[in-house]
Amino acid sequence: MSLGSVRNPPPFLDSEDQEPEYDTGDLDSDDGEEIFTGTSNKPFVSTPPETDPSSDIFSEEGSYTVQKHTAPKTNGVQSDEELDLFAEATVELTLTAPNSRGRKEIIGPTEPLSTTVNTHGKLHVANTSNKPSEEVEEEESGDTFELNIAVTNPEKMGDGMNAYMTYKVSTQTTLPAFRSKTFSVRRRFSDFLGLYEKLSVKYNLMGCIIPPPPQKSVVGMTKVKVGKEDPSSAEFVEKRRAALERYLQRVVSHPALLQDSDVQEFLEREELPRAVNTQALSGSGFLKMINKASDAVNKMTIKMNESDNWFESKLQEVENEEQLLRRLHASVDSLVNHRKELCSNTAMFAKSVAMLGSSEENSALSRALSQLAEVEDKLEQLHQEQAFSDFFTLTELLADYLRLLGAVRGCFEQRMKAWQRWQEAQSTLQKKREAEAKLLWSNKPDKLQQAKEDITEWEAKVGQCERDFERISSTLRKEVHRFEKEKCRDFKHHIVKYLESLLRSQHRLVKCWEAFLPEAKAIV
Amino acid sequence: MKGSNEDSAQSVNGSSIKITDVTQDGDTLTFAITSQKSSSSAGVCVFRTYEDFEWLQQGLFSQEDVPGLQGVIFPPLPSKPLPSTSLSQAKALKQLGFLALGDEWMIYCKALELYLQQVAAHTTLSKSKALYSFLNSSESPGKQCGKKGILNRLSQAMEEMRKEGHKDVDEFFQSERDSSTNLSALFKLSTEKFLDVVLNKQRLALACGHFSTSLHLCVNQDNPTAVAFSKICLKLSDIIEAVKINYEKVSDNDISTLGLGLDLESRYQEAKREMLFRRTCKLVELETANRNSERAKPNKKAIMEGVQKATQKEFDIISSVAKQEIEHYHRDRVSLLRDFLICWCEKQLSTARESSALLSQHLDACKKFAV
Repeated sequence: MSLGSVRNPPPFLDSEDQEPEYDTGDLDSDDGEEIFTGTSNKPFVSTPPETDPSSDIFSEEGSYTVQKHTAPKTNGVQSDEELDLFAEATVELTLTAPNSRGRKEIIGPTEPLSTTVNTHGKLHVANTSNKPSEEVEEEESGDTFELNIAVTNPEKMGDGMNAYMTYKVSTQTTLPAFRSKTFSVRRRFSDFLGLYEKLSVKYNLMGCIIPPPPQKSVVGMTKVKVGKEDPSSAEFVEKRRAALERYLQRVVSHPALLQDSDVQEFLEREELPRAVNTQALSGSGFLKMINKASDAVNKMTIKMNESDNWFESKLQEVENEEQLLRRLHASVDSLVNHRKELCSNTAMFAKSVAMLGSSEENSALSRALSQLAEVEDKLEQLHQEQAFSDFFTLTELLADYLRLLGAVRGCFEQRMKAWQRWQEAQSTLQKKREAEAKLLWSNKPDKLQQAKEDITEWEAKVGQCERDFERISSTLRKEVHRFEKEKCRDFKHHIVKYLESLLRSQHRLVKCWEAFLPEAKAIV
Repeated sequence: MKGSNEDSAQSVNGSSIKITDVTQDGDTLTFAITSQKSSSSAGVCVFRTYEDFEWLQQGLFSQEDVPGLQGVIFPPLPSKPLPSTSLSQAKALKQLGFLALGDEWMIYCKALELYLQQVAAHTTLSKSKALYSFLNSSESPGKQCGKKGILNRLSQAMEEMRKEGHKDVDEFFQSERDSSTNLSALFKLSTEKFLDVVLNKQRLALACGHFSTSLHLCVNQDNPTAVAFSKICLKLSDIIEAVKINYEKVSDNDISTLGLGLDLESRYQEAKREMLFRRTCKLVELETANRNSERAKPNKKAIMEGVQKATQKEFDIISSVAKQEIEHYHRDRVSLLRDFLICWCEKQLSTARESSALLSQHLDACKKFAV
């Protein structure tokens, strides 16, 4: 749910002349700024809703306004020159400078937003405190701090079947909870899965929507391990790197998770203990878990007595949306495949024209044909880049959201389980009371004492279950709202990115044709 | 091939020949052809079917009073059109290539039109009575049985493929034959590859259409956030629709310019090869006649020498006509390809610019979207 998934693989869109190698080595510059693509953590905005009614507090309007000022006439898209993707990032980063939109970098106490917040140096999350459940609006309060994360530099360690990839996780932050402002660590894939495991154990019962990690892939990893230096394994690594980055960005954009010590440790600590038992938590294992849970819930003989229709209709909405996204994902997938096909067909055409050009006797025609071959080569590259843009901007976005919706459904199921536990506690209490009544009649004083103790115990349990259920319900409600808003923002952001890449492609296409025209006219 | 048009009452103004309409009746296509004579501005309109075109081609092949006719590079007639049903679409593509694409047979008509224009522009062929009849006679000439003339000999010759490799006596012709074989194969290959590219673009447009339609289904009015999300999806739907239309235009441009041009060039290369082959066959015939004349017994010698002299004369005329034809061919094909390439480039350039402008508008609108 991060806003800042601006990460298109830079080599492809950066300059025309670069080969589409998955060389993320370029990113390993230690100017921290370059790597961070503007994932300034907007939840920590202190603008109270009342004073800024026209935009919601996560508004991106500010960033786009600034972007317009810095952009040349071509609509923010520099088509031929090196497109410095990170120019946008630097722009967005500096947004935390005081600007009229009300986002301020505050060291001192924030404006009072809610009564229970004490903000200096700390982040408070509305979710974990006992808030009255009617407050459904977002009330993130806190200081405007920044946290930007980038995942770069995949490196292969070891060899043979024991080989694995490590990734550099770089953080740039102004949060005081961390020891320094800029730091990086190396992590491997199982570390990410381990983080997810820890988080889901902690937060699952609270109704928080935990972003799911990227999927495990035996086939992909085996190719990498075996050391095949082909484009498909490089593609796999790049896909994974991007997915890991998006995963972390989503984790830290959740206010509760950002505060979590496990998350902070993940980002900061030099060496992490090796995570075990991660097989169950990724890929098909994860999906199986979700499906098992939903099967179990469906088999529940006690139908949940829904006091609040909201949950029922929202769950239905989520399920509908999942179906929709699945369809969209399939569509985009086929689009990507067609583009890849177009790439290879264009390459073959270019080759055949090149052969023509070299065999042709008329010299001007021969030259024109050779030029044509080059134009087609450039077109092939354009198609290739567009395919990657399609893929990373759209396909992966849709895939991420499919998994996120699965996580949302998981939360609903957790709530139903909590309700079930509450009902079971109540029925046990009822039984204990009946047992006590029987004992009263049969006059066995020693057992009576035990029965009374039982009742007290179970009354407490019932109370606890009820509180848990209420809490999970209210948290879930807020989480869903937050999720939906993030989703909207995320999609809009990605569509703009996609559109920009389309526009860039078109500009370069125009240049290609403009260059070829004089060659064609020169044929005598 | 363009040559100078003689000013006679009969000659037709080649560039005025246009196919203005085509109608389909079941399996038959009927073409409306208008033309003007070079001496007047009055136009004539006739209706012809493919059989009529075949009749014309046969008529051209079988003109008997033209010396060295075998040395002429005949403008190639496109293959028979298969009105496509969904079953024969693949067949049509295989047989006609680019000419099977495009809306409503427009590309095919253009190819036929070019054929007629080329015939009318040829010094020798334009004088043929068959052409006059074809363009002016109100009755459809194709119903008559055509004379079999050279056509037969051509198909006979095709069976004797081993003559293809027969060494030539003239260096000019030998090198023409070699380069022809080479270039012809390369042009065919390029045309096929380009066809693949264009078909791929059409599939891409289709996929965009599906995606755009799926996005249109994302409408949810339950709450403000859902409304905003729906709007975003609809916006993306519009964008993808624009991408689809762009791809359709791009592939249309491809088909109507470079595709047509490559197809024409391929077929012309074939026509040239056929002419060279005919000449080679004549050469073989001549060499056989020479041998026969040498080995002839005295009583047959005179006859053999007569045959030899006649064959030699025919061969010489064919060779001289062929030489001229080849020179015209080289000049004309270059200018034809040039025109097609320029047209293609200009169309693609303008489409790319349009698309840029449209996407730019979309981008502006998107950025202003309040979420």
